[in-house]
Amino acid sequence: MKIAILKLRDILLTSIHVDLTDEDALEFQADVLEMVKKTEAKGIVIDITAMNVVDSFMARILNETASMVKTLGAEAVICGMRPEVALTLVEMGRELTGVETAVNLEQGVDKLRELIKGRQ
Amino acid sequence: MNEKAVKIEDSRDVVRARHEGREMARKLGFGPADQARLATAISELTRNVIQYAGKGVCVITDASEMGIAKIRVRVEDHGPGIADIDQAIEPGFSTGNGLGAGLPGTRRLVHEFRIDSKPGHTVVSIGIVRRRA
Repeated sequence: MKIAILKLRDILLTSIHVDLTDEDALEFQADVLEMVKKTEAKGIVIDITAMNVVDSFMARILNETASMVKTLGAEAVICGMRPEVALTLVEMGRELTGVETAVNLEQGVDKLRELIKGRQ
Repeated sequence: MNEKAVKIEDSRDVVRARHEGREMARKLGFGPADQARLATAISELTRNVIQYAGKGVCVITDASEMGIAKIRVRVEDHGPGIADIDQAIEPGFSTGNGLGAGLPGTRRLVHEFRIDSKPGHTVVSIGIVRRRA
């Protein structure tokens, strides 16, 4: 299952809208990094509004992807997490630590813009 | 008694199993939080099966009684087994590739949690319960 990654001027937008297998998640991670590099984007917003399960594997993938994007020299914001997903992650002891998050896409883009400004 | 068995052989089955768990929870009137807890717990346990045993089965059962909605899930495999169960459910313990939360994380999501393991046969049973209004 391919997740589309859209370019909008100097940033990228993507929304995980299907239930990913572990392989899909790893492919998504590789695609994000490749797109950031190829488009020379300054940052990416990853929307997870549609995800009703984020288990320890997916949490790790999201954490790592954000770190990898930063390592490449861009910024990453994860937005739209459902309340029940946040609750489950914290109960499991699997918070998304060190990852920039926002409540929804709109605030996600605003936050990304601020992060990009802060870097320049 | 309503029962769903999902064969666990590759990562698509992990997705299938957690979907079945979520659906049963929703149908029995569990809220979004319990649906997410159960689906996540099933995801963790069935991934363990693939990682450590290669294959197994996940059986999701409606075990509701008068006045109580209840789902039991049994995840079973014929892999090497868990050598030290006490250690395996200790926070932060993992023999895998750093997935971490694993069993201790899963345990915190559910109301009932039980492991029976010997070489060649492991059964992890979990349950969630909700009093009906």
